[in-house]
Amino acid sequence: MTEAGPARRAIVELREIRKSFGHVTAVNGVTLHVYPGQVTCLVGDNGAGKSTLIQILAGVHRPDGGELAVDGEPATFRAPRDALERGISTVFQDLAMIPLISIVRNFFLGREPSRSVGPLKLVDWREAARIAAEQMTRIGIDVRDLSQPVGTLSGGERQSVAIARAIHFGARVLVLDEPTSALGLKEAGRVLEHIRNARDHGIGIVFISHNLTHAWEVGDRFVVLNRGTSYGEFERDRLTKEELRAMMEGRSR
Amino acid sequence: MTTVARSERLRGLVGRPELTALAGAIAVFLFFVVTAGDSGFLTSQGTVNYLEVAAQLGIIAVFVTLLMIAGEFDLSVGSMLGAAGVIVAYTATELAWPLWAALLIAIVASALVGLLNGYLVIRTGLPSFIVTLAALFILRGATIALTRLATDGSTQVGGVDAATQGDPLRGLLAGEVFGVPAAVFWWLALTAFATVVLAKTRFGNWIFGVGGDPQAARKLGVPVARVKIALFVLTAVSAALVASIGVLDNGAADVQQGQLKEFQAITASVIGGTLLTGGFGTAVGTAFGALIFGMVSQGLFFTGVDADWFQAFLGGMLLAAVLVNRYVQRRAREVR
Repeated sequence: MTEAGPARRAIVELREIRKSFGHVTAVNGVTLHVYPGQVTCLVGDNGAGKSTLIQILAGVHRPDGGELAVDGEPATFRAPRDALERGISTVFQDLAMIPLISIVRNFFLGREPSRSVGPLKLVDWREAARIAAEQMTRIGIDVRDLSQPVGTLSGGERQSVAIARAIHFGARVLVLDEPTSALGLKEAGRVLEHIRNARDHGIGIVFISHNLTHAWEVGDRFVVLNRGTSYGEFERDRLTKEELRAMMEGRSR
Repeated sequence: MTTVARSERLRGLVGRPELTALAGAIAVFLFFVVTAGDSGFLTSQGTVNYLEVAAQLGIIAVFVTLLMIAGEFDLSVGSMLGAAGVIVAYTATELAWPLWAALLIAIVASALVGLLNGYLVIRTGLPSFIVTLAALFILRGATIALTRLATDGSTQVGGVDAATQGDPLRGLLAGEVFGVPAAVFWWLALTAFATVVLAKTRFGNWIFGVGGDPQAARKLGVPVARVKIALFVLTAVSAALVASIGVLDNGAADVQQGQLKEFQAITASVIGGTLLTGGFGTAVGTAFGALIFGMVSQGLFFTGVDADWFQAFLGGMLLAAVLVNRYVQRRAREVR
């Protein structure tokens, strides 16, 4: 873990990214940096181009123009797998959680730790639960019984499990799509706390939100989008909450 | 009620659907003990009778359950059973192939049907209910037509006993241990196998994931198509296994063999707690579902009630089971 500060190299850098769908320009010239141990907030109203930008980061869409760099080197994501392999993990709003199976089964779904016995790949779920609990404790998630179905968890708890899962599987950059938008006050507070914990463990976070209060609470740098264009990228100490509000409401700075 | 208490209760229900099926099996058993206990239901012969019926259904039903957990149906297993039976009988008698070759060709043929079912479901995106319903008709029709063509108009292929006499493979499929038919051991072993797969393996976790939410599973790197196709293949092969057991037991194959097995297998699964919507179920629950089916189908005979009532009785059990399942599912959604 290194010192916080823009002097270090960005893990991910988007420069002048453009993306159109047919005649509609979704994103037009957006620049964004993600540093280890920092929260980059991507804010803007609905339809501002936030989700398009996330999908570019996640490898779902390829940009039409501009550059994407990982660890300072140009990179192309052809599929979500490419982004994952570079340590960029996106937690989408649907969270990719299966309600009827247990937390631990969800935690490891698709990446179960197993040993081969004949043709069978056996999973030691008790050991898996221990690993998952450890990971969740690390980012400050209150661990209850991991054998209960995810369907019994609240939205905030599911969000937390999804964050812990992404970190466990090697995320260096965590892209969180509106993680607090559907949550009550207390739950949102808890998720923001997990984000701060993850940041303190050196993970770079892209926090997407249209909630000024939540963004201001955790953000180290801010990119404000309005109808596909960016107002620019601002470090926290060069901006006031009022200025951020003005930009988010579509008034200029 | 506090949330904690509610989720505790939910977990109890969601975690152990086989307990409901076990309770049902005990209730049905006691019902026949009371109504038919002194007329032969409790004798060893009576017991073997219903265990054998349960086994022949249970072998298929356990794979149908895995498939249903993965979110798909296979309505073609009954027709597959009929087709595979004719293949084994015809190749063993008319073509005079050794039994192992007759069995092998039936397994390969059924695996191909399963592969095709799975491939079409994945490729077309059509509901498997429709794709395998088509397979039900195509397979049955082709079995009847081809059998008539090959046998000068007969719908049966006999002479299997004479053709396979003394073959060691016979014992494996149609033998008995202490009067208990081999099918019962196959049933128990395959149920145990499926239980281990679901509870303890990667593939088992993928089955739940694929059925619970295919999009989410795909995002997490689960090979959704491969999981489903593998299960279609296993299900079809299980029908071929039961067909082979039946042919060796009866000494003959009939083109109508296996009719309604597809719905009986789904019935056993649902009575056992498998959700029609996928993502949830157990192999042990299905085994109890098949056991209930066997007891009811044989037990009615001993009560002196006209056996024609069997299907009505079964339908009632199915409805009751579905209502219990739905209650469980509602509770799952209710919690927060």
